[in-house]
Amino acid sequence: MKHIKTVTKSNLKDTLRTGGCGECQTSCQSACKTSCTLANQKCEKKN
Amino acid sequence: MVHLIEFCGKYAALDVESGSVHAIDKTAMSVLTFKNAGKTNEQIVNDLGEDAREVLDEIEELTQKGLLYSKCEINGENAQFNTPVIKALCLLVAQDCNLRCSYCFADTGEYHGARALMDVDTAKAAIDFLIAHSGGRRNLEVDFFGGEPLMNFDVVKQTVEYGRQQEKLHDKNIRFTLTTNAYHVTDEMAEFINKEMKNVVISIDGRKEIHDKMRKNIAGEGSYDRVLKNAHKIVDGRGGQEYYVRGTYTAENLDFSNDVCAIADAGFDQISVEPVVTGESYAIRPEHIPQLKHEYEMLAREYIKREKAGKGFCFFHFMIDLNSGPCLNKRLRGCGAGSEYLAVTADGNLYPCHQFAGMEDFSMGNVHDEDVNQEIKKMFLDTHVFTKQGCSECWAKYYCSGGCAANAYHSTGDIRKPYELGCETEKKRIETAIAIKVFEEDLL
Repeated sequence: MKHIKTVTKSNLKDTLRTGGCGECQTSCQSACKTSCTLANQKCEKKN
Repeated sequence: MVHLIEFCGKYAALDVESGSVHAIDKTAMSVLTFKNAGKTNEQIVNDLGEDAREVLDEIEELTQKGLLYSKCEINGENAQFNTPVIKALCLLVAQDCNLRCSYCFADTGEYHGARALMDVDTAKAAIDFLIAHSGGRRNLEVDFFGGEPLMNFDVVKQTVEYGRQQEKLHDKNIRFTLTTNAYHVTDEMAEFINKEMKNVVISIDGRKEIHDKMRKNIAGEGSYDRVLKNAHKIVDGRGGQEYYVRGTYTAENLDFSNDVCAIADAGFDQISVEPVVTGESYAIRPEHIPQLKHEYEMLAREYIKREKAGKGFCFFHFMIDLNSGPCLNKRLRGCGAGSEYLAVTADGNLYPCHQFAGMEDFSMGNVHDEDVNQEIKKMFLDTHVFTKQGCSECWAKYYCSGGCAANAYHSTGDIRKPYELGCETEKKRIETAIAIKVFEEDLL
């Protein structure tokens, strides 16, 4: 493609089926304690 | 829904429902802008010329592959959530502090009550409570918080020792963390932290003059020099383990990108700097938002520049993992306050999180009790992307889960009505984080 280059292919919907184990870190425990950024949390299943 | 981002002369498109990210050129940016505005393909070609046709073909191909304009297939009616168990506690082991920071949301440690230290029996009861309520969940978390938790170091030590015994008996893995102002750190404390704490968060606001203006000791003197020395005592001995130097910016240092850089220049490479959430005279106000957005861009430019020069650092909010971040279940529910994550005050009382500690309307019981307040638990459990006001339609919903319930409550009086200024800064941080990834790939 000339005008659009894909940086990352993702399918969040699939993770609804495969995820939800809850073993990952609670987002507020990591650094912020005042906001709710969670997209930088790691998935325990993938790491 | 496709969200478009512009940064440093480059363009990006986020396909919200799939999470796919694309680098796009200026022509594609124009076409997608028109498409988002509801124009038909014919109108777009008429307005932008024949070049647009090529872009429209590419958009069609990506749409067929589910990488652009993906449909939202889940909503408040059909979303299936797992049943959460309590897996994380924030222990306010010291509701007292050796600093008197002007903007402290915890009322300099008192949490609007009396100064108090948690006794070891209460701390052990909290560990028992956590294990008893964690069901089949193996990874558990305990954060030592305050006030200043190192003012109650003996209890911290005994709690960890007890936790290590109990985790073996119950096949759990307890990850201890600690948040400190680093004003008083002995060699023994530093060694203990680096042996036992999976993560340590150290509060430094950035430039010395900024830090000293807000973070004073009881005598009213700035704490920077002493804190910096102690912070290095901890960080230099971590051997690559996780830590964060975390600062707060207020209306008095809206040019906070300079504070992030000052922390990096002081020798730290894992950094988080956050907007203040309380303190009226220092509060972030609507008129500050344009400058704050500009600051995140300035920070991103410096972040990329230093990375290229081999002097890079991690900034918490820029660390978005576009390939293997959290699952959608987590993205819809967020931090888990009130259901997966609770705060425990010095006297063992339970609250939905540390920012609700001491607020009797949110009291959820005590670690010595069998169960927690189900009504409050349910209220928090039912608070997610689909029930928070305006979040279902927002492009950022899978990156912030609708924001912090405490920020919402403190600004609007309702945990389901997001804190608008928080939304503005959060959206800018997400946009910038995505833009950095696209910029680094340099595909177009």
